[in-house]
Parts: sequence; C-alpha cells; structure tokens
Amino acid sequence: MTLLLWAIGLLLGSGMAALLVSRKSPILATRLAIGGVVIGCLLGLVPASAALYDWGIGANALSEEWMTELGGSLRLRLDPLSAFFAILILGISALAAVYGGEYMLPRNDAGQSKTANKKLGFAWFFFNVLVASMLLVVLARNGLLFLVAWEIMALASYFLVTYESEREDVCRAGWIYLVATHLGTAFLLIFFVLLGDTETGSLDFGIPLAGDHPARTALFLLAVVGFGTKAGLVPFHVWLPEAHAAAPSHVSALMSAVMIKLGIYGLLRTIYLLGTPEPWWGPTLMIIGLVGGLLGISQALYQRDLKRVLAYSSIENIGLITLGIGIGLWGWSADQMGIAALGFAGAILHIWNHALMKGLMFFAAGGVVHSTGTRDMEKLGGLIKTMPWTATLLIVGAAALAALPPLNAFVSEWLLYLGLLRAGLDFPDSRGLGALLAVGMLATIGGLTAVCFVRLLGIACLGTARSDEARHAHDAGPAMRLPMLILASLCIASGVLPLVLITVFSRVMNQILGADALANLDSTGASVAVLGWVQLAIWAAIGCSAALLWRLVSKSGTAAHGTWDCGFAAPTARMQYTGRSFAEIMAERLLPLPFRPRVSRTGPQGLFPGQSSFQADCSDPVTERGYVWLFQRVGNACMRLWWVQHGTINLYLVYLMVLIFLGLAWMTVRTWVLL
Amino acid sequence: MNIMEVVLTILHVLIHFTVAATFPPLLLGIINKTKALFAGRVGPPLLQPYYDLLRLFQKGSVFSTTTSWVFRAGPVVGLAAVAMALLFVPLGHHAAPLSFTGDLILLAYLLGLARFVTAAAALDTGSPFEGMGAAREVTFGCLAEPALFFGLLVMAKLSKSLQVSTMLGDAVEADWQVAAAPLVLVAASWFIVMLVENCRIPFDDPNTHLELTMVHEVMVLDHSGPALGMILYTAALKLFLFGALIVRIAVPVSTVNGFADWPLFLAAMAVLAVVIGVVESVLARLRLVAIPQLLVAAGLLAAFGMVLLTK
Repeated sequence: MTLLLWAIGLLLGSGMAALLVSRKSPILATRLAIGGVVIGCLLGLVPASAALYDWGIGANALSEEWMTELGGSLRLRLDPLSAFFAILILGISALAAVYGGEYMLPRNDAGQSKTANKKLGFAWFFFNVLVASMLLVVLARNGLLFLVAWEIMALASYFLVTYESEREDVCRAGWIYLVATHLGTAFLLIFFVLLGDTETGSLDFGIPLAGDHPARTALFLLAVVGFGTKAGLVPFHVWLPEAHAAAPSHVSALMSAVMIKLGIYGLLRTIYLLGTPEPWWGPTLMIIGLVGGLLGISQALYQRDLKRVLAYSSIENIGLITLGIGIGLWGWSADQMGIAALGFAGAILHIWNHALMKGLMFFAAGGVVHSTGTRDMEKLGGLIKTMPWTATLLIVGAAALAALPPLNAFVSEWLLYLGLLRAGLDFPDSRGLGALLAVGMLATIGGLTAVCFVRLLGIACLGTARSDEARHAHDAGPAMRLPMLILASLCIASGVLPLVLITVFSRVMNQILGADALANLDSTGASVAVLGWVQLAIWAAIGCSAALLWRLVSKSGTAAHGTWDCGFAAPTARMQYTGRSFAEIMAERLLPLPFRPRVSRTGPQGLFPGQSSFQADCSDPVTERGYVWLFQRVGNACMRLWWVQHGTINLYLVYLMVLIFLGLAWMTVRTWVLL
Repeated sequence: MNIMEVVLTILHVLIHFTVAATFPPLLLGIINKTKALFAGRVGPPLLQPYYDLLRLFQKGSVFSTTTSWVFRAGPVVGLAAVAMALLFVPLGHHAAPLSFTGDLILLAYLLGLARFVTAAAALDTGSPFEGMGAAREVTFGCLAEPALFFGLLVMAKLSKSLQVSTMLGDAVEADWQVAAAPLVLVAASWFIVMLVENCRIPFDDPNTHLELTMVHEVMVLDHSGPALGMILYTAALKLFLFGALIVRIAVPVSTVNGFADWPLFLAAMAVLAVVIGVVESVLARLRLVAIPQLLVAAGLLAAFGMVLLTK
C-alpha cells in the first residue's frame, strides 16, 4: 500500500511540476510528466501484481480519519478485483504517457507561444491527475472517497477531452461528456447513500452485504445506470463517440481502454457486495449487453471518422463484457457454477483483451491523425506504403478486434459462446432456447465486426492514397511505435497463452463468485489450455503456408505491374471503393431500421444527367430519436411557463413578497400543529 | 484402448489427411462436368482442376505495385485457416483428427478468418472490382454465419455435446428417428449456406466476374501463379468442408467394417457434387437484393429447426 501511495504522490507531484515548468520549457515539462507517470506506474505495478498473485508484500489496506462528519474516511484496500483493474490502469497509462510525449510535443522549445505551452502543461497535469484518480477509484473503500475520486476523474478527463478547445466540435463533445458523466454520478450518489450504513453514519463498503438487504434491487439498478453511464452501456453511451473522437489520441486510448472499464469495475464491485443475484439480473444484463453490442457495431461500420469507429467498437465490446457478466450472474443465480465461471472468465478476459486491442488501435489511429492531420477515412488510403509500421500494427489490431483466431479476443468470445451454449444445453425449455438465440445474436455481432474492421483497415491503410495528406504521410516515431509494439505483442501472446491469463485472473473470479472458478471451468469441459495449443497450431499452419508460398514463388519468379484495371489505362485513386460504398448494403439495407443512417440522395436523372447529391447522416440513433426527442419535449413543456419570466422588476418583487408570506405562513402553521 | 484400436485410429486419421488433401479438386471437376453435360457440351476432363493446380504452381507471379504484404498474406492465411478447419470436421463415419469442447465455434471463426484475409487482400489492390467483391463478401458472410451456427446448435442440442466430431458422429443415425424435421431444415439451410460460401449459382457465378456476379471470383482477380493456385485449392477445400457437413447429416450411414465407410463417403460427396452441378445448371443467378433475403431465410430455417427441438 505504501508503494501505491508513493505512486499516487509521484503522479500528482510530477503533474504539478510539469505545469509549473511548462511556460518556460514544454519539452522539460513533458519529460517530467512522462517520467513521473512511468515511474509511478512501475512502482504501483509491484503491489498490484503481488495482490493478484498473493505474494503478500506488505499490508494491503489503509484506514484513516477524513471528513467523518459526512460519513467519509480514507479507507483504501487492494483486493484481487482492485488489483486487476489497477494493473490495467497502470500499464496502459504508462504506455499512453510515452506515446503522448511524442504525440503532443512541439517540434522545439522555441516554436510555441506561451499560451500553447501553458495548455500543454495543463494537459500533462490533468493527465497525471486522471491516472492518480483512476487508481484511487479502484482502491477506495468509502463512498465519499470513491465519489470524490470519481468526480476528479471525470473533471480531469473533461479538461483533457477539450484540449483542442479552439474547435467547436471538440467543445460540444466535451459539454456532452460533462453532462452525461454528471448525470451518471447523480445515480451513484443515491447508490452510495442507499448502500451506506445509516446507523453508524459512515459510507464504508467493502464487505459483502447480508443477503436480505432491503434495497438490493434498487442498488443493482442504480449501479447499472450510474456505472453503466461511465462504461458506455446502451442507452447511456451517447457521450462515448463524441468524447473519444475529440480527445487527443493518447487520452482516447486511456479513456477507451481503461476509464470505461472503471464503470465495469463499479458493476463488478456492486455484484461482489450484493452476493448471490436475483434470477432476473443476469438476463437483464445479457439483453443490455447484446443490444449494446449490436448498436455499437452497427453504428461503427458506417462512420467516416476513424476514432468514432473505434469508439463505437468500444461500445460493442463493453456490450460483450456486460453479456459475459450477465451470463455469470445467470449461472450463479441458477446455481450452475460452471456457466457462471464461464461467463465471468469470458468477461474478465475480454476486459484485459479489449484494453490491449483498443489501446493499440487508438495509438495507431493517433499515428495516422498525427501524420496526415485528418481523421476522415475517405481521405486516407495507401498508408501501408507511406507509414508501414503504423499501418501494420493497425491491421493487427483490427484483426484482433474482429475476434479472429489465433488472436486474443477469440479466446474471450469463445468463453462467452461456451457459457451460452452450456446454458442452452443444460437449461430446459425456453431459457435454453433464449441462450441459443443469444448465440445467434453473438454470431451476427461477430460478422458485423468483421465487416467493420475489414472496412477500416481496407479503406484507411490499403489501396492508393485518396488525398495529398495521405500521400505525404510519414511513419510514427520510436516513442509512438514502442507502446504499439508492446501492445501488439501482448495481443498475440494473450492469444496463445490464455491459460496463464485465466490462472492469474482466477483470483478475481474466486473473489466475486466465492467459489473455485478454475475447478468450475474444468467441470464444464472447457479447456482453455487446449485452445491455447490450437491457436499456436494455427500460427504454425500459417507459417507453413507462408513458407510454401515463398518457396513456390521464388522458384518460379515474379514480376511487378499495375493493378489490372479492365483495360482502362488511367485508373485513379478516386475510383477505389469508399468507406460509404463498402458499408452500403449492410448499413442502408440490412440493418434494423432504427440503426440505419439517414440517407438522402438524388441520383443521376435522365439521359444526360446533371449534378446529383448524396447526404448521409450517421449520428447516433439513441441521441437523435431518444435524448434529443426527450429534451425537446421537456423543453417545449417548460416553454409553457415562459410567461413567468416577463422581465418586469416590479412583478419579480411581488413574487418575492408572495414567497416570503407563504414561508411565514408555513412556519406559523407548523408551530401551531406542534403545539 | 488396445493396440488394435490405436492402430486403426491412426490409420483412419492418415486416411482423413489423404482424402482431405487429394479429393477436393475432384469435386470441382465433377461439378464442371455436370454443368457441361447439362449444356450439351463434352466439358473439361474430371481431373482438370488438378492439372490447373499443377500448372499454376509452376507459373511465375505478377504482383501489383499497389499491393503490400497483406496481398501475399491473403492466400497464405486463407489456406492455413481452411486446412485447420478441415482437421475438425469428421469425414463420414469417423471422428476428425482434432476435437475439443467448443470446437464448433473455432470452425465457424476459422472460416471467418479466411473470409477476412481474402477481403483484406482484395482491398489491397486498390481496384474498385475487388472492393465491390470484398464489400459483398463480408456482408453475405455476416448473414451466412448465423445460419451455420444455428445448424450446429441443432446438432449440439440433439447430441448434448459441444464437439463437432461427437455432434456429427454416430448419434446422427439415431437422431433421424427422433428429430427428422429439424435435420431436414438444417440440411436445407446448410445447402444454401454452402452455395453462398462457395461461389455457386444462384448466388455467384464461378465462371465470370462481371458486375452482377462480383463476389468471390472478382476478389481474387489480381492474384496469379502459385498464389492463385493456393486460392483455387482453398476454394476446393472449403467446398469439401461444407459438403462433408451436409453429407454427414443427409447420409449418416456406417458400415460394420470401418474401411468401407470411406468409399461410401466419397461416393456420397460425388453425388452431392452432381446435385450442385444440377442446381447450378437449372437455376439462374439471383438479383443482388434477393441474396440477403435468401440468406436470412436459411438462417430462419435453421433457427426454426432449433425451436422445434425445444419442448
């Protein structure tokens, strides 16, 4: 625990230092901040991994007095659940800091204005504050402390999201994010008040509640809404695409890989506190997860903005994680611990896998944005020639996100499938049928993911460049390449060594389920070890196949030529398929109607057609049809009271007099009643 | 298990490898011959695909300057994925060489991997032809996968097992007495999926790559030489895989002597190839907008078979 406190202190200290130095020398400020983050994270990783392995280094708890009048206390504790998320936070933050150093750095000390330097200093300050607050969130065991850390996390990330505040869309995105996160925090406020032990007046939590706690259902629902807003569960996800697209890429990576997982952490912590779940909790989470998965990926495959595609893909993966938690709860409540183990194993492994993959993808997308200056994939293309490292790693990340064997996401999805299949075979009648239909939905989501990521990597990286920016792109520097390489290697390694990961994470599952997760996994017949070997065999098969082709090609010789163009002697880059046309059949014709983009086109008419137009609006359907509709209704209803605000001071004074009179009358009545 | 059974198992695995490696191009030959006979032509010899493969493996390659390692990786990873998938599919009565709980998911996702890399390699050329093919391929694949899945789920529910070898093993004969209707629905649904995944009329014409039929053939337009040979061989393997699945459900015979199953299986595959040839000769290519409808219908057939099993 001491090491963790030192880590937090180092993070905050280096952030302050970076802020103070930034006006004079932004490069020194950046180095200070990155150094602080990396050293702090390395320090923190020691106790975190020890807690996960149970090496017993030092005490894992801290308890101090703090704001006791309000029910608060400085209670920190590191148990396996916290340790798992702490490892994720610390690891990805360190990589994001190293990446961000090059991403945000000006070319030299002299080139920037004082304001730009100060802005950079503030950005690093808030980055360090963000990492420290996230760490505090997973360590906190008191409601007040948790909420304070949660709020600091939200504010720090808000300031990071609005780094490019001169752009109007960035400001709008930041505003939506701020409103959404505070709405979620409001539910969390009520959650902690309900959770708190009102007799002793403290808000400490950490021990599972008694099974007959009166507010169990309310607590669960409040947690789903409150933590779901942070995680990006449908329909509370509307801030995610805006914020993750607008933020600088290393912040997007941190937010998507780690911060939204803190919402899942909160959900898991709630489940741990509430103990054996009610029968309807699992299916509720499963449905929310499946809908989120479907909505996320169906929106992702039509977006032009690279980072919005990745943000919607995050929503989809959070949906899958929630599906896994739902399967776990379902099995737990039906006392089928094998299914529960499968569900939780899939969810936790997917949390790990998605953090790696999404971090990698946002880093790669950031490299593209940094080099070409544009996020629009319709202006990209041919990046694999101009920026080979970044493009290759983006392709690896895309293949991983599409859950293809032999990469890592396939293992976690396999566990989810197995959980559903076991439920489908073991549960009789309609419950089993529901599980099997969920398998079909999951397969559809998998297919849509393939569409989305073939489109992403094909339009952005392959083919020929569609604009000058893409033609003159340059590859990422070493500081940006190293984190990507580390994450890509971890993705590949996680694919072939799933047993190692499951064994390490089994302590987390044991804590939540209160049972031996590995034994339950074995009882279902699912063998992650065998899958690991099979994935290794697939790599070997690919290697043999590559050797075969290489042998045959080198024996018979090669020649180079242009792409065959049907005899048309002058192909241009504009003739290639665009992102819109790639997704057209799926998005405009085959998706469910609410998920389709709103398209208006006037096609070429007549024998000698003139100009035609095409317009597609792919804003989020939940925002458009849900929130905007709701807010407009509420706004219109409130407009009926507009007559109250007429602007005449005299009548406002009359209002005041009336209210004072009413207040005095109320007090008098109360005194009479009491007497 | 005594030594005799071990030896027999090893022998059957070896035969599995040999059949899976050598037989598939003959299926293509049978289909082409059937189509030719229907059209009143003599047609190419039955062994023509083998001659094509030999010729292609010896030819030089032309690689486009627009392409990169992704283009070379397409045929490589596609072949590896489909070959690995074939190791999980039981041919005829005998179990597959590899089998573990949950390998049905791996089977479907390996086919998805092959589709993914082929589409990526197609987009690497920077040509609108391949782009169109890739777009249609991944879209139709997204719809065909649930149909494949629902069929596998029906078999899983019938056999109470999650291993493909057990699902399509000895239990299938007994299943026909108990659940004939779901099995018919699954067979029909898988037949449609097989036609889609393997580039057959009425979904796609394997002989042309004009705009109406730009799905599979056009994705591999730019490949040449040994890479094209690998693609042709992978296509044959994929057809063989789907055919094996259908034959196992439709004709679940097993003889007393284990070795007699193999000629029976090969004969059934040949009959299936003739049936595919007849279907291709009799039907016309569907309109593009009708293909998703038919795929959804296939998915619903299999899903309905699954519902029928729930009592």
